Amino acid sequence: MAFEVIKKEQLSENVFMLVVKAPLVARARKAGQFVIVAVDEEGGERIPLTIAGADSDQGTIRLIFQRVGKSTAQMAQFEKGDSLGYVAGPLGCPTHIENVGTVVCVGGGIGNAPLLPIAMALKKAGNKVISIIGARTKELLILEDEFGDLSDELVVVTDDGSYGRKALVTEPLKEVCSCDPKPDLVIVIGPTIMMKFCCETTKEFNISTQVSLNTIMVDGTGMCGGCRVEVGGKTKFVCVDGPEFDGHEVNFDVMMKRMGAYKDLEKKAYDQFKGHKCRIGLDKKGKD
Amino acid sequence: MADKESMLKEIYEKQKAGLFKTKDRYEIPSQDMPVQDPVERSSNVGEVALGYTETQARLEALRCLQCKNEPCVKGCPVGIRIRDFITAIAEGDFKESLSIIKENSLLPAVCGRVCPQEAQCQKHCTVGKKFNDVSKSVSIGRLERFVADIDDDNDSVPEVAPSTGKKVAVIGCGPGGIVVAADARRAGHDVTIFEAFHKPGGVLVYGIPEFRLPKSIVREEIDILKKMGVNIVCNFIVGRTRTINELMTEDGFDAVYIGVGAGLPSFMGIEGEHLVGVYSANEYLTRANLMKAYDFGSGADTPIAMSKNVAVLGGGNVAMDSARTAIRLGAENVYLVYRRSEKEMPARLEEVHHAKEEGIEFCTLQNPKRILGDENCNVIGIECLRYELGEPDDSGRCRPVPIDGSEFVIDIDTLIVAIGNGSNPLIQQTTPELEFNKWGNVVVDENCKTSIDGIYAGGDIVLGAATVILAMGQGRTAAAAINKYLI
Repeated sequence: MAFEVIKKEQLSENVFMLVVKAPLVARARKAGQFVIVAVDEEGGERIPLTIAGADSDQGTIRLIFQRVGKSTAQMAQFEKGDSLGYVAGPLGCPTHIENVGTVVCVGGGIGNAPLLPIAMALKKAGNKVISIIGARTKELLILEDEFGDLSDELVVVTDDGSYGRKALVTEPLKEVCSCDPKPDLVIVIGPTIMMKFCCETTKEFNISTQVSLNTIMVDGTGMCGGCRVEVGGKTKFVCVDGPEFDGHEVNFDVMMKRMGAYKDLEKKAYDQFKGHKCRIGLDKKGKD
Repeated sequence: MADKESMLKEIYEKQKAGLFKTKDRYEIPSQDMPVQDPVERSSNVGEVALGYTETQARLEALRCLQCKNEPCVKGCPVGIRIRDFITAIAEGDFKESLSIIKENSLLPAVCGRVCPQEAQCQKHCTVGKKFNDVSKSVSIGRLERFVADIDDDNDSVPEVAPSTGKKVAVIGCGPGGIVVAADARRAGHDVTIFEAFHKPGGVLVYGIPEFRLPKSIVREEIDILKKMGVNIVCNFIVGRTRTINELMTEDGFDAVYIGVGAGLPSFMGIEGEHLVGVYSANEYLTRANLMKAYDFGSGADTPIAMSKNVAVLGGGNVAMDSARTAIRLGAENVYLVYRRSEKEMPARLEEVHHAKEEGIEFCTLQNPKRILGDENCNVIGIECLRYELGEPDDSGRCRPVPIDGSEFVIDIDTLIVAIGNGSNPLIQQTTPELEFNKWGNVVVDENCKTSIDGIYAGGDIVLGAATVILAMGQGRTAAAAINKYLI
């Protein structure tokens, strides 16, 4: 079967990992790229997911996603042997990888997943990699071991202090930026609000900062423009101009609002999915 | 109806007696297209134009003068033998009629519906010229649709020449790609179409709405391609999944056709275009058509704005499609905002007429200056300026000139921007050795050949914004060149 699930793992309460057969994507993908995925071909919604690793020999890619709405909840129910509707990609411009010296990789929550292949590639290119990864609470922290293996230094934080240091990622980031010599590049991937504050932090130190954006998309190839963001006062499309941008130029406030464009409809669909009740009354047999 | 039937009978009797003359042809009234009631249709997605009856088709066909010099044919980008297929209809031989069309066009049911005939074949029609009114020309498109629709022999698959062992890659399964694939396959080549979306059809499925072009028709045309042995690979983004270079050097393709279609939607570059509720027409139509957002919550998972007051910006067919889709999705007020006057609108007259019938309010000589939003970044209105027409510009249309101080606000919750597309950068980003012009369109010669041997291109990626039939015309040219190149 095409796009078959080879492996499934639940990484935390709402975070899941699927290893999916997608040989063409596995062969072509580079760090920083994403795919468009749908749970079924007919009515499925097209959602962009960053590729969190691939094995080109096995022809598989690794997807890590958070259960936030109907489509991701359906994906969370997939088991080994099931098949996704389709996987299209890889999409977006790959991360520009070169040896710049010291790179700080900052990941928050689910953002650790797309950050991992980028951190690996940067390390492979000869950079010193300092990783700062965080989550709201211990339970939600993912990929700590992988980051530990590849990083020259690793800082783990949680918002509530249940694991690692009790801090937001911006705290250790500020400390690293204050070091002499200061880092040459910062990569930040996580919730929009976190990326916004990390960029404000690094801007003070005038350190070049890349963010990877995961906006709402339909086609993912430049045709719909739904993913547009304001970067340096200009309209950019995340799917073909990005997904990575100079974090100091991104208008995060507008982006956050645009991300919530379908909040109400999405909630309705998710609630309906979670609490599916029979509408023709088959579950009320015996009542009048 | 009975009138029409007796009129037809009378004509045939006259013809038999050898008394049917050219002047009699002029006297046959041009046949109106039966349509769904405007009120009813604005709440369903069923097709608006219902198609000619057999009697209507025969009467309309009898209006054709069968000119020796066939002026209509020179207006057809794919060179259909128009006079001959119409003669066959007049004689009641619909099968023959369809096979004449199919010599040159694989998609008669599509073209009969979406071609701008009034600007092509019908523009040159002698009958229209005689009445000095193009709307009085023989309705070639409606006749084409008629014979395509009554074809119950869907199994008629074009003949394929013995295998040549040559491989052709077609990038994009839109109207141009479909034509190239069919023509290259007919010549015996092994053809694969790569489509980025999960369904083949391109603009015919994501862009043109169901009420203008039922998707089942597109599906049937695609099925014919498959029966001819064309491979269609979806979810494959040439440039990213494989580059053109990889297709040619590693995957063994001998020729490639680039038909990737429309690219990046243009926005106005005014304040507020990032607000929630501002859509490109591409996005709005894709959500509504391909992703079936009208079925959200009951079969489809792609949402779309639940709009009450919608403004559509633009005056082309895509603007009309967007406005009419918004009405069908339940909008109460739909304003079509266009900076020139109705006369300059590029949309087809028929579409303008249908849009008005469905209650779209035309706001001409107006254009937004900025988009207004609330504290949550939702669109709440557009501040517009009134315009007047000045001197003609390069396009030959009168230049719209804003009137200072004429600002006013239209209250809306959704804005759909239908002002055209720039070129998609994907192929350019990933095929640097190919020549592009400064707008990012692929440069081709008169045979649709690009700067690289074996690579051809056509449709919107070459022409900028064009039409289905122009893309098909270029597809024909490119396929002929590819077939010659591969000998």
